[in-house]
Amino acid sequence: MKEFSFAVTDPLGIHARPAGLLAKLCKGFEGTTVTVVKGDKEAKASQLMKLMSLAVKSGDTVTVKVEGPAENEAFAALEAFFKENL
Amino acid sequence: MILMQGKGVSRGVTTGKLYFFKRVDTTVEQRSVDDVEAEKERVRQAQEKSIAQLEVLAEKCRREAGDEAAVLFETHAMFVEDEDYVECINTTLEDEGCNAEFAVQTAGEQFAAMFAAMDDAYMQARAADITDVTRRILNNLMGVAEGGIDSDEPVILAADDLAPSETVQLDKSKILGFATQGGSGNSHTAILARTMGIPAVCGLGDALKNEYEGRVAYMDGETGQVFLDPDELTAAGLKTKYEKQQEMKMLLQEMKGKEDVTLDGKHVNVYCNIGSPEDLNAVLQNDGQGIGLFRSEFLYLASNDYPTEDQQFEAYKAVAAGMNGKRVIIRTLDIGADKQVDYFDLKKEENPAMGLRAIRICLNRPEVFRTQLRALYRASAFGKVAIMFPMITSVWEVKECKRACAAVMKELTEEGIPFNPDTEIGVMIETPASVFVAEDLAKEVDFFSVGTNDLTQYTLACDRQCNDLGKFFDPHHPAVLRALKMAADAAHKNGIWIGICGELGADISLLPTFLAMGMDELSVTPSAVLPLRAEIRKSIAQTCDLKLLEC
Repeated sequence: MKEFSFAVTDPLGIHARPAGLLAKLCKGFEGTTVTVVKGDKEAKASQLMKLMSLAVKSGDTVTVKVEGPAENEAFAALEAFFKENL
Repeated sequence: MILMQGKGVSRGVTTGKLYFFKRVDTTVEQRSVDDVEAEKERVRQAQEKSIAQLEVLAEKCRREAGDEAAVLFETHAMFVEDEDYVECINTTLEDEGCNAEFAVQTAGEQFAAMFAAMDDAYMQARAADITDVTRRILNNLMGVAEGGIDSDEPVILAADDLAPSETVQLDKSKILGFATQGGSGNSHTAILARTMGIPAVCGLGDALKNEYEGRVAYMDGETGQVFLDPDELTAAGLKTKYEKQQEMKMLLQEMKGKEDVTLDGKHVNVYCNIGSPEDLNAVLQNDGQGIGLFRSEFLYLASNDYPTEDQQFEAYKAVAAGMNGKRVIIRTLDIGADKQVDYFDLKKEENPAMGLRAIRICLNRPEVFRTQLRALYRASAFGKVAIMFPMITSVWEVKECKRACAAVMKELTEEGIPFNPDTEIGVMIETPASVFVAEDLAKEVDFFSVGTNDLTQYTLACDRQCNDLGKFFDPHHPAVLRALKMAADAAHKNGIWIGICGELGADISLLPTFLAMGMDELSVTPSAVLPLRAEIRKSIAQTCDLKLLEC
């Protein structure tokens, strides 16, 4: 498993648009689970509604965990995605 | 005349018959079923159909309203297959042994309630997305089509509230405007209406009655007013506004994206004056090439105590980032004179225009100044920020300002906070003194910006606040224009640029004079950008003269 921390700077936080794009991106890494953790709550990238209900805001730090056969590839893509979109 | 007052959420004036949106009845009843697996299969098929429809909708939207709006429907498509949502549907089917419709409705209500209960206006508004997606699946389960507009002529669409998918799949050629009882500026109807450029008024409440169906209404998406049977005066006012709007629209279409350049190749930066980050939208819509004057006073005027560094930083950063690398000139605190703030405890003055105001307050109160400068430099890491000092009369003032800047930069460096050390510094030319010492000022700064309102009042000894001066208060006075010329020459001689951020900047009749002086920038209210651009593109700088400077 690999993980990284990320401080969200997007003013709206993880809102519908980036959450949707994230779910779409993660679909591409078959058998690999991506989890977003905020405090004691977490949601898989595929759980779109639950992910949004974490209410990640600008200034929050989240941990992104990647586990599965494509984790190296997914890790790099996700880091780039968070930097670009959040 | 009947006047309904709502909240204007998408600008524009329009008139037409009111048409109430017909929503098909999808009342769901719980039924017991024997074959739960068959119901699951029905849900799966309805899901597939819904996703296919949403993909078509997303494409339609991408063509009509752009990528931003299209992503919404792609997100809806993902909601349809959301793991937890689908699991909730299946669990209900198994536990209750019920029909697919009931299970889908239950899941929809549950998830909508979850978002509605969240402590955040944006997330609360997402409950409408869940309801919208749920309704789509239900429609597909029950085999009913979406409601549309059954009218041959374009109408003003009235409704309690419109779901995003309802808004977008309507035939836009038949919609003149939206009038809804509920909704907010955050709702998708409002957002989509704005992107599509259709006027919209929401929050009309009970004032919008079903019995108004078919009556001719007049609406103003700016003021939030909807009229039935307007009186003559109101109708004439709306007509003028409508004509102006059509004219502007044509200009907008033509001028957007074009360069601010004269026929003989002289570039002028056409920037915007703004008073708060909320004005950013207007700047982008009118294609302003930068911010020539961001009045920081709003932060101080709108609060009951000194705004904190973080509050200021957020506001400056929002504008710097929002302009995406284009120049954003932020003017430091300019209160005093006609703008008074209680908590500054300033003494009442006989003649406040010449009293303790603007930079004089800042230099007298280093802590207030330092807080603002820290916020400005922190924001400089997020865009092309420039700092401008108002009401300068002497070179020593500028030197003191620069020392304050240097001290703040040193602090930030020590604290490891990012900022742009090459942030441009400029002064406002708005006192006769600053004109006379302009050559010396130019050696200290990166740019000049002329505040013509104050420069006129001080040069002509005419109080701006005094209404009786009439012909004596003449902003076109040769003395004012000669002062502009002196400042421009001083700037260019020393290799810096000069602009105008006062009201004269938008005065089309003076454009040839400004071009002859070689003004590098004109900063105007956002709605004046495109008319000014149109004029610049018709001008030939080399044939412009300085005749107006003669008495």
